[in-house]
Amino acid sequence: MYLRLLLIISCLVLLPLPCLAADDGYGYPIPGAYEATIMGTPASLMPVFPAKMRVRQLELDVLHNREKPPVFFYDKGLRCTFAYQKQKAPLVFLIAGAGSNDRSTKVLTMMKALYVAGFHVITLPSPSHANFIVSASQSGVPGDLTEDAADLYRAMEAAWQKVSGDIEVSSFYLGGYSLGATQAAFVAKLDEERQVFNFRKVLMINPAVSLYESVTRIEDMLKQIPGGPKKQGIFFNKMLSKFSEYYSYGNFVSINDDFLYSIYTEKLFSHEETAGLIGLTFRINLAGMIFASDVMTNSGYVVPRNRVLRPSDSLDDYFLVSTHLSFFDYVNEYMFPYFQKKRPGLTKAAFIESLTLRSIEGYLKSSAKFGVMVNENDFILTKSELAYLTQLFGEHTKVYPRGGHLGNLEYKENLAYMVGFFQDKEVQP
Amino acid sequence: MRPLFWRTAVALLVSISLSGCAASLVNNQAEVRPMHSINEFRDQRFSEVADPWEGFNRNMYRFNFYLDRYLLVPVVNGYEYVTPTFVQHRVSGIFNNLNEIRNLSNSLFQLKAKESAITLGRFVTNSTVGLAGMFDPATKFGLARQDQDFGRTLGYWGAHSGPYVVLPFFGPSSVRDTAGLAFDSAVTYGIYTAIDPFGNTGYPLALGAAVTTLEGVDMRHQQSFRYYESGYPFEYYMVRFLYHEKREIETGKHLPAE
Repeated sequence: MYLRLLLIISCLVLLPLPCLAADDGYGYPIPGAYEATIMGTPASLMPVFPAKMRVRQLELDVLHNREKPPVFFYDKGLRCTFAYQKQKAPLVFLIAGAGSNDRSTKVLTMMKALYVAGFHVITLPSPSHANFIVSASQSGVPGDLTEDAADLYRAMEAAWQKVSGDIEVSSFYLGGYSLGATQAAFVAKLDEERQVFNFRKVLMINPAVSLYESVTRIEDMLKQIPGGPKKQGIFFNKMLSKFSEYYSYGNFVSINDDFLYSIYTEKLFSHEETAGLIGLTFRINLAGMIFASDVMTNSGYVVPRNRVLRPSDSLDDYFLVSTHLSFFDYVNEYMFPYFQKKRPGLTKAAFIESLTLRSIEGYLKSSAKFGVMVNENDFILTKSELAYLTQLFGEHTKVYPRGGHLGNLEYKENLAYMVGFFQDKEVQP
Repeated sequence: MRPLFWRTAVALLVSISLSGCAASLVNNQAEVRPMHSINEFRDQRFSEVADPWEGFNRNMYRFNFYLDRYLLVPVVNGYEYVTPTFVQHRVSGIFNNLNEIRNLSNSLFQLKAKESAITLGRFVTNSTVGLAGMFDPATKFGLARQDQDFGRTLGYWGAHSGPYVVLPFFGPSSVRDTAGLAFDSAVTYGIYTAIDPFGNTGYPLALGAAVTTLEGVDMRHQQSFRYYESGYPFEYYMVRFLYHEKREIETGKHLPAE
């Protein structure tokens, strides 16, 4: 009798996620890097935020008299989300990760955590997002960290100008995740010259050390699917049937968190398939960037040059073509030639090296305002890149044992660390 | 309310199609073949969805974007601003409870005994103990909501979705689901006429219009989706795909093996 009871209890104890965690004092439960990246943080492990906050969305006219093609008729300006306090408070700018806008779940969670702690917050779309390319990118060709930083800085100035009459700000801070984290470093460097904000502290969450190297690792994940990336549509549809069959046979009431969570616990997708899905998500985001950039510059890359797309025109073929282009295609055929024309004598190796934190390490080392949050099993970093970050930022580096790429960003402990970083008065330059 | 709504809608629609004409720029330069085109790829599209009326649908999608931007979202924002969250939840509760009639009739049409019993139990519990649906004690008693509609009933009995359709105001749909929506609305309207809840008030029209307006506002309030909010250039396809797949899964249809 006791034995049976013990068995039942041990089964129950083994089931809930938090118990899967290794005994290292860190409560984020998902051990696998890919799984963590896809699943993110279970809702029960996120902080609870109040229902009503003082939040509004800004639509900024960053580049005056910007001509927008009819196909982007819905783009009425750069969208930033603004959360504000009634009293004087510090203002944090947050830069979203690759392909994300100002309203992506992750950046909004960061915003809420900071708002609750008493900060004003403005979230910005990633320079790789179509809205940014259309409304805030001077060249319309995203990916160069120095130019993106200049665009971001201009956007931040426009946002600040728009809200400065409504709020009182004591000091400025800057944060970003993923690509946005790497960009934050470049924006901070520009700020040292321009001195508009004089950011007191800058937080980088899961940054890429080298843009090219990190994306190479994500592209490699797509190679694991049968037939390679060129057959991503077949792969995707296969995963989709798997998903819907699982749903129909599983007697689920609706597609909710329980259902999605069971996909993870039942291991519906293999390790390779999970990797393929992450790679595919990246490609879908990249496709939006390629298309938007091509239309804005009239380069004739995927859309015929001089074609004026109307709002009702089908974009289906461009969708398929753009998702089938890799980041390497984009760099080799589109982005690098563009910058080579602009900067004669530029070699590809030098260009790739300019897209790294190493290229500004002198500055990063000399400044005490930086903080970094990284995960040991983040697949966009190699072991040596992780070691490099630790060595570069020393005691300002916080390394978590797991979380994959951004999977633990919304975990309450991580958010508390983030808030604490901006609140801490001691570590100031 | 309904005629007024449609008159506004038609006026907006006409103004959009006209502005569309004015906006299309004239380009005199010859088109040049792009570096990459569809011919070089041999792969399936992400979830093929029949969409022969894409031009019309995209215009409708755009119409909904403007309707949202200049009418519905400001109204919803105003509603959320002046109404305490507590009241908002109660209002949603009442309308959701009324929709249980739709859920129940369609569970019955699909001869789903257990589901019908649950929905009936929910409706009775929430209408009484839950004060006309303002509160939802049924869920706490283990009676989870079972959403149903006539589109699903048609699907359940074998009807295919048919081509994708974007409806004004209601948004993504299909030929089958549009028919379903029409049927469900007719049933609701029939019940409403039969009961005539405002018949004795002296202002049946005004009150009816007010309730319909509130229902529309609450519907948009409960739906967090905003047209083109993602800013993703291929959002139309993502939404089309998600809508189609969700309905396929709900009606128990499987994708054909490739």
